[in-house]
Amino acid sequence: MNAPDARTQEAPAVRAEPPTAAGRQADSEPIITVRGVTKTFGGVVANHNISLDVARGQITGLIGPNGSGKTTLFNSIVGYHPIDAGSITFEGREISRMRVQQIARLGLLRTFQQTRIYGKMNCVDNMLISIPHRKATVLDMFARHSREQLERAERLLHFVGLYEKRFLRAGDLSFGQQKLLEFAMALMNEPTVLLLDEPTAGINPTLINGLIDRLKRANTELGITLLIIEHNMRVIMNMADTIYCLAHGELLASGTPEEIQNDQRVIDAYLGAH
Amino acid sequence: MNETSKRSPLVWVLYGAILVAGALAPMAFPAYTNQMAVLWLMIVFALTWDILGGQMGYNSLGNIFFFGAGMYVSAVIQIGLYHNVSEYTDAAGSGVYTFTETQYFTGIFLGMIGAAIFATISAFILGMVLFGLRGPYFAIGTLGVAIAAGELTGAWDWVGGGSGISMPTFPGHPDTGKYFFYTLMFALAVSVFVFLKWLYSTRFGHAINAIRDDEEKAEGMGIHTNRYKRLAWSFSAFFLGISGAIFGNMTGFIEPLEVAFPTITFGIFMVVMVLLGGKGTLWGPILGAIIFHAIKEVTWTYMLGWQWVALGFLIVVIVVYFQQGIMGWIMDKKPEWFGLTIAQLEAQGAAGDGPVSSDPAEGRVGT
Repeated sequence: MNAPDARTQEAPAVRAEPPTAAGRQADSEPIITVRGVTKTFGGVVANHNISLDVARGQITGLIGPNGSGKTTLFNSIVGYHPIDAGSITFEGREISRMRVQQIARLGLLRTFQQTRIYGKMNCVDNMLISIPHRKATVLDMFARHSREQLERAERLLHFVGLYEKRFLRAGDLSFGQQKLLEFAMALMNEPTVLLLDEPTAGINPTLINGLIDRLKRANTELGITLLIIEHNMRVIMNMADTIYCLAHGELLASGTPEEIQNDQRVIDAYLGAH
Repeated sequence: MNETSKRSPLVWVLYGAILVAGALAPMAFPAYTNQMAVLWLMIVFALTWDILGGQMGYNSLGNIFFFGAGMYVSAVIQIGLYHNVSEYTDAAGSGVYTFTETQYFTGIFLGMIGAAIFATISAFILGMVLFGLRGPYFAIGTLGVAIAAGELTGAWDWVGGGSGISMPTFPGHPDTGKYFFYTLMFALAVSVFVFLKWLYSTRFGHAINAIRDDEEKAEGMGIHTNRYKRLAWSFSAFFLGISGAIFGNMTGFIEPLEVAFPTITFGIFMVVMVLLGGKGTLWGPILGAIIFHAIKEVTWTYMLGWQWVALGFLIVVIVVYFQQGIMGWIMDKKPEWFGLTIAQLEAQGAAGDGPVSSDPAEGRVGT
């Protein structure tokens, strides 16, 4: 209904600080740029000199064998830990020094691989507290939710198929349902970009098609740019416009799904020849 | 949102009955006025502890600090308004200092305000430091604050040091005084309940619940977690500061370790009462406080000499076997009483079929 409108209305607030020259880029410019990002944990190089772009309005995939540094890169982008070198921008603004909450309020949101919801609250409350907090003032802390917010929460719960279970405690849902709830909570937050860490992991294979469909509709109908880590090749090849492949902490290949599928280096990396 | 409109009149009758019973209790049982005032204090303790411990998931063992700080701030204000504090404490209650009726009540009034302000600000400042700690480290850190406050006050001669302060005496018949302090405690407990009932119905309640369930997720969703945490503790401290001011005057004599900062009695009672009643609920702490206070009074009367053993045994039993508390236990057995049910799907077709923008609540738009 008014979800995309709501987001454009909030765009000025997102850029409350004076935008940098690059902040007024055309839509064809990448919404997220990662340049030369390196992150080490002790002696382990999790990411080495990685550069990639996430195009506005598109679905970008991030693949790679286990331990190739995908989740580390996610964590770096959303500000979960400081990076050792490099630069990350979101809508032209440098975010590599910002904290998690600030980045989330800019409209760059992530879901977790191991699914995190508020277990003792019911699904509706989980949704209601996930409204965007970017403009929240001290008085808003004591506001009650509006009828619009409640309706939006119910609509999104309906969208992911949890409407009947909306009064159950989120912790009592199955893992797959929690995953859907987390996705709905992310949509409730009206993000500009959503980073999804293995959205189909642990979901019943018969439900995966439904989830793919919902992710695509979040992208087309709500205009949310998606960056997705995914192990299920069928899923990611089916959805992504562009795919980046990591291996051993480095960027191995990038291109369209067809190019990636036919790239010998990618096949070798997955089969262990690397 | 529309919880109140759904409430049956029965609930309002219940609230009214509690108010009337609370106001009339000291007239019906005048011999127990002080015990009942302490019961309201226990309810204040339990409700304010539950803001952090139950609703926000931060177990503070140092909330008693705000109680003691409020008590001392109020004492200093009440005395300092009309006399020299250091001379007053040196005299150790030898009775040369008098307060007129007006001075007494002005002092108490301003003392309570000062206590509330001081406690609130100190909670906000302590929160900046201590909320960096999580889990057991937060508990130990807050306990350290309470113990340190008791020891420091004991070494501070200006406020009487270890020998404490004799508070100004109530200008009137002792029974009137008892009724006066009972009424203050009762009004405070009711205010805390009304305030929390409102607070938990706003976004604030949802936000601190989210922090309890998964603080990292809450940060990831952009919630201003630090703001909420500091304010939550400040609310707790605000009421505890006032309760300390009232209790100090009620007992008439205050000193640091047993009355103002009693970490191992009141400080632990707060936690046990909430655990017994059921943390994270509004009525749980109240139930817990009533039952705990009753058990405590009975053991003090009938098991004198063994009262601490009995109380320790009770605490062990609660912590080991009954962590979810009375309300938590009922919630597990009868989730439907609390609205935790599978809702009937309204005639919308299969879930998730419509476009995102389809509105399952169309019929209600514009009402």
